[in-house]
Amino acid sequence: MRDGRLYLDGVSVVFDGFRALNNLSLIVEPGELRAIIGPNGAGKTTMMDIITGKTRPTAGTVSFGDRDLTRLDEATIANLGIGRKFQKPTVFDALTVFENLELALKAPRDPWSCLRWRLSGTARRCIEAVLEEIGLAERADHRAAILSHGQRQWLEIGMLLMQDPKLLLVDEPVAGMTDQETEHTAALLRRIAGSRSVVVVEHDLEFVRALGEKVTVLCEGSVLSEGSIDHVQNDPRVVDVYLGR
Amino acid sequence: MWRVVLLLLVFALPVRAQGGFEAALPGLAGGFAQQAEAVERLGAIGDPRAVPILRALAEGRMQKRADGGLLIVEGGAVRDALTGAAAEAGEVVRINNRVRGALRGAFGRLQLLSPDPAERIAAAEGLFRSRSPENVSLLEDAVGRETDPAIRDRMTLALAASRLAAPEDVAKRQGIVVLGGTASAEARGLLLEARAANPALAAEIDAAVAAIDTRLQLKRVAETAFQGLSLGSILLLAALGLAVTFGVMGVINMAHGEMVMLGAYTTVLVQELCRGVPWLAPLSLPISVPAAFLVTAAVGVALERGLIRHLYGRPLETLLMTFGVGMILQQGVRLLFGAQNREVVSPSWMQGTLLLPGGIEVTQNRLWIILFSLVVLGLTVAAIRFSRFGLEMRAVVQNRRIAATMGIRTGRVDAMTFAFGSGIAGMAGVALSQIDNVSPNLGTGYIIDSFMVVVFGGVGSLAGTMIGALTLGVVNKMLEPWAGVVLAKIAVLVGIMLFIQRRPKGLFALKGRAAEQ
Amino acid sequence: MSASITLGGRLRPAPGTILRGLLLAGLALLALLPVLNRLPPDAALYVSDFVVAVSGKWICYAILALAIDLAWGYAGILSLGHGAFFALGGYAIGMHLMRLIGPRGVYGHPVLPDFMVFLGYTELPWYWQGFQFFPFAFAMALIVPGVLAGVLGWLAFRSRITGVYLSIITQAMTYALMLAFFRNDMGFGGNNGFTDFKELLGMPLNTAGARAALFYAALASLGASLLLCRHITKSKLGRVLVAVRDAESRVRFLGYDTTAVKLSVFVLSAMLAGLAGALYVPLIGIINPGEFSPGNSIEAVVWVAVGGRGTLVGALLGAFSVNAIKTWLTSFAPDLWLFVLGGLFVAVTLLLPRGIVGLLQKGPGR
Repeated sequence: MRDGRLYLDGVSVVFDGFRALNNLSLIVEPGELRAIIGPNGAGKTTMMDIITGKTRPTAGTVSFGDRDLTRLDEATIANLGIGRKFQKPTVFDALTVFENLELALKAPRDPWSCLRWRLSGTARRCIEAVLEEIGLAERADHRAAILSHGQRQWLEIGMLLMQDPKLLLVDEPVAGMTDQETEHTAALLRRIAGSRSVVVVEHDLEFVRALGEKVTVLCEGSVLSEGSIDHVQNDPRVVDVYLGR
Repeated sequence: MWRVVLLLLVFALPVRAQGGFEAALPGLAGGFAQQAEAVERLGAIGDPRAVPILRALAEGRMQKRADGGLLIVEGGAVRDALTGAAAEAGEVVRINNRVRGALRGAFGRLQLLSPDPAERIAAAEGLFRSRSPENVSLLEDAVGRETDPAIRDRMTLALAASRLAAPEDVAKRQGIVVLGGTASAEARGLLLEARAANPALAAEIDAAVAAIDTRLQLKRVAETAFQGLSLGSILLLAALGLAVTFGVMGVINMAHGEMVMLGAYTTVLVQELCRGVPWLAPLSLPISVPAAFLVTAAVGVALERGLIRHLYGRPLETLLMTFGVGMILQQGVRLLFGAQNREVVSPSWMQGTLLLPGGIEVTQNRLWIILFSLVVLGLTVAAIRFSRFGLEMRAVVQNRRIAATMGIRTGRVDAMTFAFGSGIAGMAGVALSQIDNVSPNLGTGYIIDSFMVVVFGGVGSLAGTMIGALTLGVVNKMLEPWAGVVLAKIAVLVGIMLFIQRRPKGLFALKGRAAEQ
Repeated sequence: MSASITLGGRLRPAPGTILRGLLLAGLALLALLPVLNRLPPDAALYVSDFVVAVSGKWICYAILALAIDLAWGYAGILSLGHGAFFALGGYAIGMHLMRLIGPRGVYGHPVLPDFMVFLGYTELPWYWQGFQFFPFAFAMALIVPGVLAGVLGWLAFRSRITGVYLSIITQAMTYALMLAFFRNDMGFGGNNGFTDFKELLGMPLNTAGARAALFYAALASLGASLLLCRHITKSKLGRVLVAVRDAESRVRFLGYDTTAVKLSVFVLSAMLAGLAGALYVPLIGIINPGEFSPGNSIEAVVWVAVGGRGTLVGALLGAFSVNAIKTWLTSFAPDLWLFVLGGLFVAVTLLLPRGIVGLLQKGPGR
C-alpha cells in the first residue's frame, strides 16, 4: 500500500432499505486531483461521510494508506491527514478569522495541550501565509460571523490548508459563488493539489472543466463512468442520466 | 331432625317460614331444653328478624312477661320483641351452656343465609376459621342456595376446610381436592396443618399444596404484571402529549407536567360545578375529559403562540423558558386553589376491586385508566394518521418550507399540534386525579419519568412511546419487591442511561437522512 | 494584554472596563463585610450578622454559577444537575463535620452520629471511614462530584448525547440522587441530612471569628475559581470549547477529540460545584437531600442566564443579583418570588439572550 492512497472497494450503505451507496469502488492516488460529479442522490455526500467516519458502511473496504477507515472516528481520521470541506460552509462564527485558522493549525489536539498552547512565531507566520493565500489578511481580527458567503468558503479551505492534510475532500466549493470567485477557487484548488490528493464534488461542469483533471461520474450509488471531462461528457450513459431517457 | 329442617328450608315458602318464625318464638321463654330447640329452629328458618332477638337472649337482655310474651331491653327501654312497642319490664330470661352452644350455631347459620352479602361473607370466613365438621351440611345447603359466585367460592372453601376436619377419610379427601384447587394462602396453611395429623393422606396433601403454590406464583406474576401495566398506562398518558410536542415538533416543554396538573384541577372544578345538580353529578368525570382537553389545549395555544414560537431552533432556551412558565402556572394554581391536596371523588363504577379467575385482584380505577390510556393512544394515532390536521402536521414536520409552499399555514399547524399535545396532557390529568393527590406540584413527579419514556421509546415514535411506557412500568413493578420503590426507580433511571449508550436514539429510532437533521 | 487584543484573542468584545471595575469593587466590598461586622452595632457602617451570612451564601452560589457557566456558556453543555455536584461536595464536608461532633451528640456516642444511633447502627459504615480527616473530606468534596461527572459525561459524550437530551439526563441524575439521599438506609441521615455541627479545623463554628474565616475562605475560593476559569477561557482550549459549543461535528472533523474536551471541562465544572458546596455547608450549618432537588439546579442555571452566559462576569453578576432579589422578595412577599423567578426564565430567554452583560455591552459592538 502506498502512503496516502484512498482506496474504496465494494462499499455499500443502506439506510432503512434505501441503498445510498451500491458497491462503490474508487481509488485516488496521492497527489491526484479528482472531480466527482453526479445527479442529486447519486451518493456523493454519503461517500464523503464514509471516508471521514461520519457514517459506517454496511459492506466494503475503505482505507487510507494502510489504515482501515471503517473502524476509526472522525477526529482520528482527520488526524491521519484527511480534511473535509462541507457543502454548507461551517466556520466558527464566534471566533475571529485568525482564531479559526489557529484552531485548524496542525498541533497537539488534546485538552491539556490546548490549555498550555502558546502561539509561536513559526505558527503565526504559517497562519499569516494562509491568510494571504485565501485573501483574508485584512479580515484576520474580524469575527467569522460577518464574512460573506464566498469568504466563508475560502476561510474553510484555509482551515483545511492549516490542517496540512494528505487528502482533501471538498464538497461543492463554488456553490453560490460569482464567476470571478469560482475562477479564484479553481486556481486555489489546483495550487493545493500536487502536494496532496484532492477530491472535489461539484455540480458545476464549467468548474470541473476549469480544474481540467480526471472525472468520476456517480449514479445511484456506484461509478457510472470515469475519465477526462470530454470522455465522460460523450459517454451515452452519462448523457442519459443527465438529460433523461 | 336436620333433614326435616333442611327440607323445610329448601321447599318452604317465605310465608310459611315466617309462620315458623312466629311459632318458634315462645319456646325461648320455656325451659333450657325448649329454649335450645327454639334457638335451633330459628337458626334453621333463617329469618333475619331472629338475629336481634337471639342476640338479646345471648346478652341477657331478654325478659318475659307473665303471659309468656317476650321483651327486649334496648338502651334502658323495654320493648316487645315482636312489635317493638314499649312495655313494662318483666322477668329476665336465663340461659345455660347448652343454649349458648345452640345460639352460636344459629348465629352462624342466620348470617350465612342473611340477605346482606357482607354478612354472608363474614359468616363463611368465620366458618372457614372454626372449621368444624358439624358445619358441613349447613355449608352444603348454603352453597346450593348462594347466587353470588364470589361468596359461593368462600363458602366452598369453608366447606372444604370443614370436611378436612371430619373424621372420615372420604370427606377429608373431598376437602383436600377442593382446597388444592384454590389459590389461597390460607388453604395452603390449612393443608400443611392437616398434613401432620393425617400421615396417610400426606401424598395427596403434598400434591394439593404444590398445586396451590403454582397458582399463587401465577397470581403473583399476574398481579405484578397488572400493577406494571397500570403504572405503564399512567406513564403512557403522561408521556403521550410529550411524544407529540417533543417527539413530533421537537419542542421541549418542561411545563408539560403543569399541563397534566391543570387537567387534574379542571376535574376538580367540573366536579364542584356538577355537585349542585343531582343528575349531572355522576357524569362529572366523563365531562371532565373534554373539559380538561379544551382548557389545557387553550393554555397550550397561548404558550406556543405567545412564547415558544419565538424560540424555535433554540431547544435549550425553550427548555429554560418553559420551566419558568411551569413555575408560574404552579404558583398561580397554588395561590388560587391553596397548596393542600384537593379531593376528587371517584364515581361508584370506578371503585372497588374486581376478582378475576385465579383469585387475581384488580382495582377497578386502575383498570379504567389502562383502558382510557389505550383509547387516548388510539385516538392520537388516528388523529395523526387519518385526519387532515394530522396530514398537515406530518407534512410540516418533514419539510416545513415545502409544506408552506403547498399552502399549509405552518404557524397554525404548530399551534394546533402544540394544543393537541397539551390537551392530551390535560386528559392525563383527569386520569391521574383518580389515583393521585391533586396538588399544585402533581406534574413535577411525572415530568422526568415522561421524558425518560420518550427518550427510551425513541423520539418521534408513538409506538415507541407506548412500548417504552409499558416496559418501564412493568420493569419498575418487577424490581420493587426486591429493591424497594426508590431503588427500583433509580435502577430504571440508570438502566435507561445505559440503554441509550447502545441505542442513543431509543427503541424505535428513525433511520436514514431524516434522522440526521 | 494589548498584544492579545491585536491577536484577536477575545471570545467576544471585551467586557467594558466599567463592568470589570464594578466586579473588582464588588469583591473588595465583600471582603470588607466581616470587618464592618466587628464595628459596634450603632456605628454608621455596621453590617449585621445576617448580611455577612447571606453574602457568604451568595459567594458560594457565585462559584456554582461559574461552574455552570464554564460548562454551558463556553462548552454548550447545559447541565440541569449541577445542584447534585454542589450537594455532594456539601455532603462530603458535612460527613467530616458530623464526625467532629464526636461524643457531643445528643446520644453521646463516641463515634456514631446521632442519626445512626437513632437508626440502630452499631458501627460506622465503611464509606464513612477517613472522613474524620479534613484533607480527606475536602478531597472527596472535589473527587466525588468529579468522578460522577466523569462517568456520566463519558457515557453521554461518547454516545453523542447532546443538547436537551443531556440536560434531561443530568436532571434525572440529580432526581435519582435526591430519592436515594432521602432514604434512611443510605447512611446519610435521610431527609434530615446533617446539622448541629460543632467545629471545623479546631474552631468552634458558632463564633464570629469562625464565620469570618469561612467567609474569607469562600471569597478566596471564588477569586481562585475566577482566575482558573479566566485562564481556561482565554487559552486555546477556551476557543476550542466555544467552537464545540457552536459546531461540534466541525470540530471533530478538524481532528479534535471533542469527547475528551467536553469531558475535561464537565469534570472540572463538577469539581468547582463540589467546592462551592463544600464551602456552603459549614457556612450555613445544614445539608439535607433537598439540595438535590432538580429545581435548585435549574435555578442556578437561571442565575447564569440572567447575568449573561459565556462571560465570567455575567455568571457572578447573575448569581449575586438574582439571589439579592430572592432574599429581598422572600422576606416580604414570599408568594411573589416564584412568579418573579418564573418570569425571569421567560424574560431572559425571550428578551435578553445574552443577559445583563449583553444589555450593558449593547451599543458600540462590532
